[in-house]
This record gives sequence, structure tokens and C-alpha cells, in this order.
Amino acid sequence: MLQEFPEENIEPLATGAWILGTGGGGNPYISTLNLRRLYAEGRRVQIMDPMDLADDDMVAVVSKMGAPLVGQERLSDPIHLARAVEVMEDYLGKPFRAIMSVEIGGSNALSSLLAGAMLDRPVVNADAMGRAYPEAQMTSFAIGNLPMFPLSLVDIRDNEVIVTRAASWKWMERISRKVCTEVGSTAATCKAPRTGREVKDWGIHYTVTKATELGRAVIEARARHDDPVKAVLDHEGGKHLFRGKIIDVVRETTGGFLRGKTVIEGIEADRGSRMELAFQNEWAVAFRDGYPVAMTPDLLCLLDTVSGSAIGTESVRYGQRTTVVALPAPELLTSLAGIAAVGPRAFGYNIDFKSVF
Amino acid sequence: MKRIGIDVGGTNTDAVLIDGDTILSSIKVPTTQDVMSGVKAALAHVSGYVGPIDRPVDAVMIGTTHFTNAVVERARLERVAAIRIALPSGSSLPPMCDWPEDLLAAVDPLIFMVHGGHEYDGSPLVPMIPDEIREAAMKIRDAGITSIAISATFSPLTTECEVSAAEIVRSVIPNARITLSHTLGRIGLLERENVALLNAALQSLGKTTVQAFSDALREASIAAPFFLTQNDGTVALADVAASNPVHSFASGPTNSMRGAAFLTGLSDAMVIDVGGTTSDIGCLVGGFPREANNIVHVGGVRTLFRMPDLLPIALGGGTIIDPETGKIGPRSVGYRILSEARVFGGSTLTTSDVAVAAGLIEMGDRDRVKDLNPSFVEASLARIRDMVADSFDQMKTSAEDVPLVAVGGGAFLIPEQIAGASEVLRVENAGVANALGAAMAQVSGEVDQVFSGVSRDEALTTAEAEAQNAAVASGAGRDSLKTLEVEDIPIAYLPGGARRVRVRVIGDIAFN
Repeated sequence: MLQEFPEENIEPLATGAWILGTGGGGNPYISTLNLRRLYAEGRRVQIMDPMDLADDDMVAVVSKMGAPLVGQERLSDPIHLARAVEVMEDYLGKPFRAIMSVEIGGSNALSSLLAGAMLDRPVVNADAMGRAYPEAQMTSFAIGNLPMFPLSLVDIRDNEVIVTRAASWKWMERISRKVCTEVGSTAATCKAPRTGREVKDWGIHYTVTKATELGRAVIEARARHDDPVKAVLDHEGGKHLFRGKIIDVVRETTGGFLRGKTVIEGIEADRGSRMELAFQNEWAVAFRDGYPVAMTPDLLCLLDTVSGSAIGTESVRYGQRTTVVALPAPELLTSLAGIAAVGPRAFGYNIDFKSVF
Repeated sequence: MKRIGIDVGGTNTDAVLIDGDTILSSIKVPTTQDVMSGVKAALAHVSGYVGPIDRPVDAVMIGTTHFTNAVVERARLERVAAIRIALPSGSSLPPMCDWPEDLLAAVDPLIFMVHGGHEYDGSPLVPMIPDEIREAAMKIRDAGITSIAISATFSPLTTECEVSAAEIVRSVIPNARITLSHTLGRIGLLERENVALLNAALQSLGKTTVQAFSDALREASIAAPFFLTQNDGTVALADVAASNPVHSFASGPTNSMRGAAFLTGLSDAMVIDVGGTTSDIGCLVGGFPREANNIVHVGGVRTLFRMPDLLPIALGGGTIIDPETGKIGPRSVGYRILSEARVFGGSTLTTSDVAVAAGLIEMGDRDRVKDLNPSFVEASLARIRDMVADSFDQMKTSAEDVPLVAVGGGAFLIPEQIAGASEVLRVENAGVANALGAAMAQVSGEVDQVFSGVSRDEALTTAEAEAQNAAVASGAGRDSLKTLEVEDIPIAYLPGGARRVRVRVIGDIAFN
């Protein structure tokens, strides 16, 4: 059964997805504008329950790839996401039944809706991360050891690339990242096509709804003048970790990723302590006074203390008043295979995963 | 050292003369349509206190909310043209795609999107096509538009496209006043472009405003250096400020808040500054306005530059009330309050008329509002109270009751009790808090450049030292320098770990 995604859900989806982006995934503002314009043109998005997919349906997995900072300058255009899907259909020689996003965190939460609106194809209420992560092998499909190819990549010029085979998810990541970097660190991609069966078995389900409802909770808390950070915690069953003021941000760009850390000086109950949030595009590990206290795959979110809005690794600034919270990760990510793919060691930290939940 | 601080609001012009921390004189006069005669009247009053045998005035600092008001009221704005150099990227979101309809209508833009721009690493996105720029320039010329904003992808890192496009435009339109986005904003094309477009729309107003101030000073025989206050609480030489009116956004409220801190001795409080046209609510932390984190909306337009965290409301002493519907604002009679408000003999119903009818303040002729239905007056005041209470609540950062300092000429509109406020404070000289804040403003120095082949620490240290030198060159005393802002962005795939570093320092003006 298909359900129309109403225009008034765009803002809540963007707000919730930005929080689930855990610092990465890019601010959904530009995607929000694009989706609003498509709605203004009369286009609409139909949301599809993943369980309604037939086993042999083909699902396009779309994503905008690249550095969010680049996306703030090279504004994305939904035409390229649609083109990436078409390129893949041409290559496969068969049509996609529906479209889904690779990640529900950040602006990519809206990528499936943009492509869906452009191509008049339903959007599956699911993603492959339940949050945002920087690399292709960090998806639920990779954890499920599903095929990682082919992949299509479209840039704003006339460049279209199909990676027909890759030796592993890591190789797919390395190859596609190189191509992406080569065309300016931003591109639209259609990842390895999935069957309905695969999406039902390995997708992270109902995350479009989850992000929309989380965003709505925050927006409603603001309107009621309640604490929006508390609204996030209540809605997701999260944990408050730290409250304070940003006193330093260190950024390094290596291998196409933004790495670094931000230092928060505690206020209120946390006065006298410091928290360092280390990131690779997304927040990865939280150290309190030098000791790791929370880490991926638990979702670490840096929120503006007043508005409850997410703060991205690229927009964090000195002086911001922030609250760090942890939200529970999808179950699949905390499985053994999940930890291997997206636990702290996958990000180069010699730490055993320990959930705060 | 003697300084004159002047704040020209939409309704009143305030002036103070200070010597160090001592207020020697202050005055509030109505802002006149020509700006100048009000400024002259204020200047004549305070300069009368300088004293013939005493030292002359060392500096004059002028703060003005003219530019913000123009955007908020969608008035006095110039028709603009936008040239964005970014194709083939960004075509689904043209310039001004996120502007409110009424503001868009007020600036009635001509919009061009052309090929070019750069990548994050400084390489061209696609080649810029000079003929496309020339063609756009000819259409802009034919439309009679002279105020143009030019933006290009990654122009904060590579200014080349914007600079060469400006040359082409100028060759077609010699009298063009061109705003280049990289001179005003940061990374974030839409937001930077928005700032540049607002700036373009304010070019005429900037020029006429500064010229008027300059004439007024000359007529008052004041030869001291003349500055305009900027949104970060610092000042810029008037001629420089005239081409960058957006830097004066929110300078009035910034000045008021600093003035409120000075007058009350409170360094942590909420402040509401009620002018004739708008009010601003902000939060004082350590004597300075709390800064907005990131995105700031000006008149409904999303922008990205350092501003105090203020919530503006279209409510002031001259705000027009619709006598039929009771709707308050957003239009204001502004400087025409003394001729248009009912109590002053005019025919437009304003918030001041309602305040007089309710006995909140005495001014003008009360008999002229006695026909107002008491229930209409009561309903209007209740609506004002709701507007203030809502905004106050939005800006508060804690659940505890905090003091609210009411300053500005329209402070009488603020009720004695506001939910969430521990008390509503009114102080002597509150009416000229903004002029006082202006008089105390400081100068700044900024460095924004790319460093490579050095460590982050070294880059930051070098940039800070250069920013300090720039501030000293602009007139700051070296001993008073304080670093306000440090920002660095690494740039990938350039040899030597290149990073863009931006440092801003402030200091007191050094007088000899």
C-alpha cells in the first residue's frame, strides 16, 4: 500500500534526519528547498511499506556522495539523482519498482524522495544505516554481505560512470570515492540494486517515519517552549551525556573525509569536565576527561542546547552552547558483524565497543 | 578622551557626549526625513558641552538601524540584479529561491545563472564564459539596474570568477555598484549570495545615509574621524561602511545592549530595545550580546555571518495599528511619527497613540485619541503584551526568571510584568543606551587567508598576529586587543596541508 508523503512532513523529516545524521550527512536544508520546489511544481512522493515489496522487485538505492561542505557551494539538483537511477536502469535493462536512500541521517534522507518525485516512483520506508556513516561498507547491506555492485555515479558535467564490479565493499568504497573526489567531491550515485527480498531482510525499516516523527517531536517541543533536547531523549529513549560550550574545533581533511575533534567545556552539572568528540564526517567517539564514554554505533548527537537542532561536524563553532546525547543504534549495527563494520575499530580507535544503553 | 555617540533610529536620533566613562550630555530628538537636520540638532546639543577651552571631540561613532529597517519594512530598497557563476551546478535553486515573496517583489530582481565557479581545491568547475557575463550585463544595463550582486561557487577560497566578472560588468555598466559575495559572507553559496543581494539592494540608501551624516558633521564644525558602528560592536570608517550596509545590520541593538549593560551594571540579563519601527530582544552574557550560532535570518532571509543573537519584532512606538482589524504592524510611520501619529495631529493610528490613550505615557495631545474605544485600546495593549511575551520566551535560555532591561525610546510599550521575567528594569538614560553603546564601540582587525606548509598552531598564531596588526593599523591600541573569533577550514588535496584561517580581533580606539 502506498501513502502520499504530505508536504507538511518535509520540515519534520529534515529536522529529524539532521539529528540522526550524528554530525554528518550534511544539513538537509538544500534538499528541503529542492523537495519543496518539486512539490510546488505539482510532483508528489508516495511512501511504500518495505514489507509490500515483492521478493523479485528491484529497488534503487540512491545517495548523494561527497563532502557536505562542497554541497553548501555546489548546490545539489535532483535531476542528477534521477539521472543516476536512469543510468543504472539502462545498464540493468530493467526498471526499478521503488527507490530508497542509503542513509536516513542528514540530507540523504531526502535523496530518495527527490529521486522518487522526479521519476514518479514510490519511496521505500527504510534505509541501510538508520543514521549516517561515511563509507559504503558501513551499510546494513554490507553487514549482510550482499553484492556491492554495480554502482552508477553522475556528476554535474557530462560525466557518468558505472563501476561494474568491485572485489569487496571496501574496494567499491575506494573506487567510487576516488571518482567522486575526482569530479569535485560531490556526485549523485545509485548504489548496488537490491531485490525486494534483500530490502525486507537487511534494510533498516520504517526510518522515514522514524525521522519524521522525531523531527515533529522537536518542532512541537519548541512551539510549546518545552526543552527540545529532552524531546529528543524522550522520543528516542536516548541518554544525556554532557552539556557545555564549544571551546575548540580541530579539523583535518584526509582521504576525502573530514576528521578531527571538537572540545566542549562543561557547564552546569558538567562544570570542571571536558568532553572531546572525535569525528570522521560523523561523531565517532566521546571522551570525557580523556576516557571514552560513548561510541559508534550508538548514535552520538551534538545538539544546540536551546533549539535542539543538530550541529554538524562542519558547522560546529567556538562558543556554541551544546548538549551531547546518545541514541540507541539499530539492532543490526550492534551485532558482531555490525560492530566489525561500524564499531570504534572501524574508525581507527583501539577501543572495545561498549554501549551506553 | 571625548567621543560623541549617535544612534539614528527610524524614529528617534539619540546622541551622547562622553569623556572616558562619564556622560557629559545626552539628547533624544526625532529623526527627520532628511536624517541630517535631526542629526544636526542632536550634534548641536551635545557639542555645546564640549567647552571652548577644552579638547575637541576625538571621534564620532554613528549607529543606524536604517538598513535593517529598510529590509524589515521592504521599503527604500533598490532594484537589483543577481549574477551567479555556478552552472552547471545549482540550477534547480536559483538566486533568491528562499526569499519571502514580499521582499522579492520589493527588490524586483533580474536573475542570471552563468557557467563557471570553482571547486573546493581551487580548480575551475567549468570555464567561465565571458560572453555570458557580458550578455547578462547588457540586459541589466537595458533594465536600468546599477546595483548588482555577483556570487560564484567557492569564492571565499578563490575570488577569481567574481573579480573578473565584475570587470566585465563594469566595462558594460561603468557606474555599476557591485557587491562581490566573497567580501561579505562565508562558505555556503545561498546564504553568502543572500547577504550580497541584501547589500546590493541597500547601496543607494548606504550612500545617501553616509553623505547626510558627513554633511551634518561638517556643518557642526566637527572634524574628528567619523565611524559607523557594525554588527559585532565594532566600528568602521564611514566611507568603507557605506558600501557594506549589511555590516551595519543589528548594530543599533548591539549598541543598545552594550549601553544597557553599562547603565544597569548588569552583565547578564535579557534586553529589549524598543525603537520606533522595530524592537529587538537579545541576551547579555558578560556584558556583550550573545552571538547567534550560525544562520541568522534578516527580514526573513537566511544569511551566514557573525551577528548578535537577536529576535526582531515589528513593534515600535511608530508601528501602525489598523483601526478596523486591530492588526499591529509590520509597517511603521517611522520618522514621520511627529506628523502622522494621532496624538501629534496626524491621522495614522500607532502604538504610541494607544499607549497615550491608556495613560502609559504622556506625549502629544491626549484629546486626539479620546475617541478610541477603551476595549479597542485594551485589546491592542494585550496584543502588544503577547507579542513581547512570546518573543521574550523564545529568547530565554533557561527556565529561571531573569531580569529584563527595557531600553529605547519606545520602552513605555513594555508592560511592568512579563511572564518569565524576574523584573522589568528601566534606567535613567535608557532612552539613549544605543548612543552610549555606539560611543563605547571598538575597532577590529581581520585576517582571512590561506596558509600552507605550516602547522595549524603556526598558521593560527601568524594569522592572529596579522589581525592584531590590522586592528592597530585601523586605530586600535595594542594593549587593549582581544581575539574575538578564530576559524580555520582545511583545504583538501593541496600540498602542504593548506588551510584557510580567519581571525578577528577587537580593541579600543587609541587616542593620541
